[in-house]
Amino acid sequence: MPNNATRLPHDYLRHDKKFPHVWCPGCGNGIVLGSLIRAIDNIGLEKDEIVMASGIGCSGRLPVYVDFNTLHTTHGRALTFATGIKLAKPSLKVIAVMGDGDATAIGGNHFIHAARRNLDLTAIIINNQIFGMTGGQYSPTTPYGCKASTALYGNIEHAFSIAELAVTAGASYVARSSVFHAKLLDKIIAQGIQRRGFSVIVAMSNCHVQYGRRNQMGSPVIMMEWLRDHAVRIEKAGDLPAKDLQDKFTIGVLADVDKPDYIEEYQKIRERAKEG
Amino acid sequence: MANNDPPKKLLLQGNEAIVEGALAAGCRFFAGYPITPASEISEMMSVRLPRQDGTFIQMEDEIASMGAVVGASLAGVKSMTATSGPGFSLMQENLGFACITETPCVIVNVMRGGPSTGLPTSPAQGDVMQARWGTHGDHPVIVLAVSSVGDCFDITIHAFNLSEKYRVPVIILSDEVVAHTREILALPAGDKIEVIDRIRPSTPPEWYIPYEENSRGVPPMAAMGEGYRHHVTGLIHDQRGFPTQKPKETEAFMKRLFRKITHGFYEIQMTKSIMMEDAEVAVIAYGSVARSAQRAVMQARQQNIKAGLLQLITMFPFPKNAVDTALRQCRSVLVPEMNIGQISREVKRANTSDCRVLKYNRIDGQIITPTEIFTELKDM
Ligand SMILES: Cc1ncc(C[n+]2csc(CCOP(=O)(O)OP(=O)(O)O)c2C)c(N)n1
Ligand code: SF4
Repeated sequence: MPNNATRLPHDYLRHDKKFPHVWCPGCGNGIVLGSLIRAIDNIGLEKDEIVMASGIGCSGRLPVYVDFNTLHTTHGRALTFATGIKLAKPSLKVIAVMGDGDATAIGGNHFIHAARRNLDLTAIIINNQIFGMTGGQYSPTTPYGCKASTALYGNIEHAFSIAELAVTAGASYVARSSVFHAKLLDKIIAQGIQRRGFSVIVAMSNCHVQYGRRNQMGSPVIMMEWLRDHAVRIEKAGDLPAKDLQDKFTIGVLADVDKPDYIEEYQKIRERAKEG
Repeated sequence: MANNDPPKKLLLQGNEAIVEGALAAGCRFFAGYPITPASEISEMMSVRLPRQDGTFIQMEDEIASMGAVVGASLAGVKSMTATSGPGFSLMQENLGFACITETPCVIVNVMRGGPSTGLPTSPAQGDVMQARWGTHGDHPVIVLAVSSVGDCFDITIHAFNLSEKYRVPVIILSDEVVAHTREILALPAGDKIEVIDRIRPSTPPEWYIPYEENSRGVPPMAAMGEGYRHHVTGLIHDQRGFPTQKPKETEAFMKRLFRKITHGFYEIQMTKSIMMEDAEVAVIAYGSVARSAQRAVMQARQQNIKAGLLQLITMFPFPKNAVDTALRQCRSVLVPEMNIGQISREVKRANTSDCRVLKYNRIDGQIITPTEIFTELKDM
């Protein structure tokens, strides 16, 4: 098993791309990439039918390493490009990878509208609760009171819960896991890709360098332990008193609704237009 | 089989003729966000595209519209958006992405009075320099201007053709007057229209180098999902498409972006000369102002003033040679514009003779009339 697990990524990595990669040692981005590869391999998709689009940030560098149709767009806009690609060629499986700042600060508007529109895309948000690439400034998911390079006196803003936001905005599939819970992450990414409509996968991740260091969690191990200790299975969350959930996040599937996606609806428009 | 039917005649406004032109050029994807005076383009696209198995989508804003347009083009479908000043400003970020990734697409900006919300229902030509330099960084773009309903059809087709041929975004500048004026358009039969498509790779996928140098400077473009998997990024990239910071690779890449346009000057730089053969004074104009200028030139000729009109269809790359020729020939030229003088400066920069370059500007949301231009001509 371990052998296969380490060998598998090599079937998907680009061999003409120069390594090493840009990430800090121990960064959770690599784990998410591993999960994504395993999910795609499990479903048995062809490399040609996959488009991987990203925004800007450390997370935005995922696509360059893998042998799919890859697109590294502008900060926060990955979903807009993904929308154009999917509508132009619906046979493609389009996966958008974004950071938390990417998806919910600068790209927040695109994110909620993509969820509302329910086009068949898979959005993977790597939530490390900070702007990693630009040096640890606070993001819309930085917890209240935490420190960031632009919040040295403590963050006074309140964090978005990205998954809950996506549910409310109308995404048909929403699930969350963490880089500590990689098996669950593999599973929900695969489900997200397979479900019709807009799927949102939130991967809680570690940026021990920009977030951890400023918040007494300066190593990947400590951050992994934090992820382990703060995740609650969604099935169990209902039984717990609210105070026990206060600084926790749930993992599992938050929404799984089967409804026609945008392309199916648009096909009806085409038929009506041709009759009229 | 040649179609010998006479051209179909339609009474259309400029915005509608742009849609006809786009569809004739093969546009099958449109993403936009409503804004006066461009909204009719979206509305008509939403009716027409689904009939042709194309796709219309109203996005959440113009940033998203531009992103979707580039995405659709990368997937192999000719695509377009249309907007006006405030929306055009929002498009600049992803327009830059189209420039650096060499993604063909067409952006229509129906100009209205600015800055900001400005005069939403009044004509203006205030976005000329934004069209050229609106997105950040050095970048090549092609900017064309339309002056009539007929232009709206023809120039839109040209815009798509140039965009496909040179892999560059093409901006069409219209204005509120052209957009909403109704004129007869003789719609040519489909097989009378020249349509150019981007060159696709002819090598097998394993040999495909997406940004390889070649003599034209325009690499063949593979659509996503056709076996030519490669990386597309807004970072400066090497010939394989991977990010690079190496000065040599950066410079080679940037130079190619410009070289491909320079090589095409002969066909990209379009101008129209009216009564320029023996002209001693001339008007250099574009957009709806060129219509007034044409009228004024006729009037001047009736009074034995040897006047002519050089109409700029291509604004950028600035048609320096045609302008220079006019300047050498004339004792003075007038550049009337519905802005503070954005193109007159370019004309002055091109001027190497002792021709006098005069400005005439309106920034009050009103059109420039033939009489106003004629009055100026009389004193030149
Ligand atoms: C329009 C624009 N504004 C700002 C930036 C600078 N910038 C690059 S990445 C980034 C934030 C990255 O944070 P996040 O999205 O959370 O991703 P991470 O690096 O943590 O993976 C910012 C602000 C940019 N590239 N573009
Ligand atoms: S800065 Fe943070 S998110 Fe970026 S690579 Fe380093 S650990 Fe990962």
